[in-house]
Amino acid sequence: MSARALLAVLPCFLALGACDGPWNDPYPATDRTANTLYSAFSERPKHLDPVQSYSSNEITFTAQIYAPPLQYHYLKRPFELMPQSAIEVPTPRYLDTAGRTLPADAPEAAIAVSVYEIRLKPGMRYQPHPAFARRPDGTLRYMNLTRADLAGVFELSDLSEVGTREVRAEDFVYQIKRLAHPRLHSPIFGLMADYIVGLKAYGAALQAFDVELAKQGRKEAWIDLREHSLQGVEVVDDLTFRVTLQGRYPQFVYWLAMPFFAPIPHEVDRFYAQPGLIEKNITLDWYPVGSGPYMLSVNDPNRQMVLERNPNFYGETYPEVGEAVDRADGLLEDAGKPIPFIDRAVYSLEKEQIPYWNKFLQGWYDASGISSDAFDQAVQVGGGGQVMLTQEMRDKGIDLKTAVAPSTFYMGFNMLDPVVGGESERSRKLRRAISIAVDYEEFVTIFTNGRGIAAHGPIPPGIFGYRDGPSGINPYVYDWANGQPRRKSIDEARRLMEEAGYRNGNDDETGVPLVLYLDATARGPDDKARLDWLRKQFAKLDVNLVVRATDYNRFQEKVRKGNAQIFYWGWNADYPDPENFLFLLHGAQGKVQFHGENAANWVNTEFDRLFERMKNMDNGPERQQIIDQMVEIARRDAPWLWGLHPKEYGLAHTWVHNRKPNQIANNLLKYQRIDPQLRAQLRQRWNPPVLWPIAALVGGVAAFAALTVLTYRRRERSTGRGTVAAEA
Amino acid sequence: MLRYLVRRVLYAFPILIGVNIITFALFFVVNTPDDMARMQLGVKRVTPEAIENWKRDREYDRPLLWNADAEGIGRIRDTIFWNHSIRLFSFDFGRAESDGREIGHEILARMGPSFAIALPVFLVGLATYVSFALVMALFRATTLDLFGVVLCVVAMAISSMFYIIGGQFLVSKLWNLVPISGYASGLGAWRFMILPVLVGLVSNFGEAGRWYRTIFLEEIQKEYVRTARAKGLSEWRILVHHVLRNALIPILTGVVAVIPLLFLGSLVMESFFGIPGLGSYTIDAIGAQDFTVVRSMVFLGSLLYIVGLILTDLSYTLVDPRIRLQ
Repeated sequence: MSARALLAVLPCFLALGACDGPWNDPYPATDRTANTLYSAFSERPKHLDPVQSYSSNEITFTAQIYAPPLQYHYLKRPFELMPQSAIEVPTPRYLDTAGRTLPADAPEAAIAVSVYEIRLKPGMRYQPHPAFARRPDGTLRYMNLTRADLAGVFELSDLSEVGTREVRAEDFVYQIKRLAHPRLHSPIFGLMADYIVGLKAYGAALQAFDVELAKQGRKEAWIDLREHSLQGVEVVDDLTFRVTLQGRYPQFVYWLAMPFFAPIPHEVDRFYAQPGLIEKNITLDWYPVGSGPYMLSVNDPNRQMVLERNPNFYGETYPEVGEAVDRADGLLEDAGKPIPFIDRAVYSLEKEQIPYWNKFLQGWYDASGISSDAFDQAVQVGGGGQVMLTQEMRDKGIDLKTAVAPSTFYMGFNMLDPVVGGESERSRKLRRAISIAVDYEEFVTIFTNGRGIAAHGPIPPGIFGYRDGPSGINPYVYDWANGQPRRKSIDEARRLMEEAGYRNGNDDETGVPLVLYLDATARGPDDKARLDWLRKQFAKLDVNLVVRATDYNRFQEKVRKGNAQIFYWGWNADYPDPENFLFLLHGAQGKVQFHGENAANWVNTEFDRLFERMKNMDNGPERQQIIDQMVEIARRDAPWLWGLHPKEYGLAHTWVHNRKPNQIANNLLKYQRIDPQLRAQLRQRWNPPVLWPIAALVGGVAAFAALTVLTYRRRERSTGRGTVAAEA
Repeated sequence: MLRYLVRRVLYAFPILIGVNIITFALFFVVNTPDDMARMQLGVKRVTPEAIENWKRDREYDRPLLWNADAEGIGRIRDTIFWNHSIRLFSFDFGRAESDGREIGHEILARMGPSFAIALPVFLVGLATYVSFALVMALFRATTLDLFGVVLCVVAMAISSMFYIIGGQFLVSKLWNLVPISGYASGLGAWRFMILPVLVGLVSNFGEAGRWYRTIFLEEIQKEYVRTARAKGLSEWRILVHHVLRNALIPILTGVVAVIPLLFLGSLVMESFFGIPGLGSYTIDAIGAQDFTVVRSMVFLGSLLYIVGLILTDLSYTLVDPRIRLQ
């Protein structure tokens, strides 16, 4: 670097020196002791409209903003639903085809419809928003805006007047109708149309109406959904609405805990449908309106998203009961206190793990996960296999929480494939042999730093139906020995291969070596290591595994058309019910035939029959028994190589309180509490500026410049003989 | 010169149409409209009806380039290409498929941060590298020159990723001098710019230093330099007043063309430093199979490059009076 460049940089460092507090503080100095939580997001949210938002990076925000009827209890496990906007968790009323009320234990075949009546808490109000602002004469202030009205408007905040109103049952009904809106493409419309009475026809009618509008040249005109009635959803009174479902669908209450069913007032829908606002990117997708504990005050997903306390939040209190260990963990210290505790939450965009991790260690983020790169720095595994924090983390007072995620990652066998698929004993034994040979305990150790458990079936821990201990092992792959599952020996797998007619990896009939194909979307060096490992696992059986790497679209297409042979797949739970995992093996969900989620295209009539019985049952011994039977059938047939259930590790600084891992609920911000004074002290202590490198740099450049000048002058003064010699 | 400029501007149209067609063809070879719909609708619970609705709503339910079912001009106009690509020429970029945002608005918002980093790197870098190369030319064939060349080669051999991670580790993590990453709007941005600018300067140092040194050494061999020396001018005066001026043509060739591209930012740098610029916009769009953003950014990049080349030609006339554009 030249002296000029240094001179350009020096004033910056001098200005930094004039700052009070750490030089590397990425936040404004005025916020140092504010009651603000600092976190990050790695991928910009696409949709904040509750009818569209479905991905994990979006629900981080939407779950704090919207208040659907139900929510999950923060502390209790297994997960338990409790009211949020509703007064109580609704109990369905069953009716037969004649409209007569049936008892709760009525046989499923007799139930024509289920009626959910949802009663709302009185006095809930929306966040302050221009859509509710009214003129003195009572008319809405910002409706029918003209181009002249919007001349100086670039952000929502440029509309200075705001208002609010009470949350009413009609808002929930309006939002359910929005699921069928032809321009919104709700991801759950297809599913809900199968259950909510009349929703499918409603969607078709709206579609036709929209086409008619387009023909009239009003393609983007607002559709007032109040003018289009939906048979299965009705307002009972201001604070009660009713949803009627086809047949029995007990999982519906879980959907009522998602933002899809949060209230959207018609004023808001109409406000955002104004053409002038759409042109300025002022949409519900960008500026959500809710009645939850927080509201989005800054939406700059290229840099930062900020949630602020909703001043109109109806109020909740911190739970007073939890699991037995929660009191010892200090999770009940705030029992009964009003929530939320935190005034603001600042989420900064961090696309890369390394800066995120380093900023967490410096105290600029309050919590963090652990990436593979940072694992050894954060965690050490004791001799007995127990996981603990390293001394560096303990010295900082960092707290570690772990939990198995309600997810499953598996390797699927395409059951339509002539070699690995089908119902023949030969292919079944081949699949079982591969299941033994591919050592997922080793995979977890090598590739996930132990963050996961090898799966014994489709249901992960924490979900009803999962069994632990000797009764929970997959007997086709494991034995129970010394109090733990032990993978069967490779000799057992080879024996199965021989029985399947593949002695030493060769087809007994043709003598041709067996070659299997894995379709994958391999990209980087990490993938190569995994695939090499996988080839070695298959090589234990003398089977040659060929990896057919392809791009994401082609991979999806292969699975969709049934052209893949073996593939990786996964599923994250929508809700904590075994139906949400077992349906992945249901014949009616076959990917090729029905475009469903059964990527292996496995069909087993007995499994399907049991599934139909199990899916609508309440949790209890009878349901557990049926699930056990289903899991046994699936293990025997082995359409999946069961893979693993990932384990999540979360770190939080000592100033963060009330953090309990919860992989199902997302509205967790309101329960957390921070100590901003302690945070400010520790940040100051951890981040003293080190100044000698600047001095060294300045000195080095000055010395170099002086040496250069001196050498040049000496050379200029030297005789011609010297110059000629130098050029020669 | 005006006729020359008009001709160059007219040449730009077929080039831009060609770039558009190639982008369109490459994109749709890899991604079908169905793939795009699936990506935007999410991987869970996507029904064939939802895919058809999405395509119809976004006008991706038409033929790609040629509509055989239509009549007359409709065969061209009633296609995905016409509806999604031709309007770019009126700078109507449309809305992103992934989040429905106006692309033009997004580009304007992201240009500022990209430019805020790229401009200091460009200006300070140019001054630094040229100064360094002049000093190396001054001390050519000495130990200092050899040391400089070795330094440049070493600097070139190291990946820019190393400079980024190393810079963050040393300057921000170990010495706590500036924030590791982030950005602020307005004047508050300067604290976040120091490290990316420093890293940008250092990572380009090897390549640029050697390039300018080579230009100056080539120039220094010419007869007019020998004449100047014979007239008794100092070596420094010869370098700054004569060699530098005469070396401006190759310098401008490399420099002016990239000036318009400074707005487009740097992918890796912006990603690691959390700078909300245009650098990562295209890559994010490719990942999200967002054709509207991809074709807008490719169009903008091509347009800026053409502008850069025209500016380069114009700059020649300013530094060399012998050049006339006709």
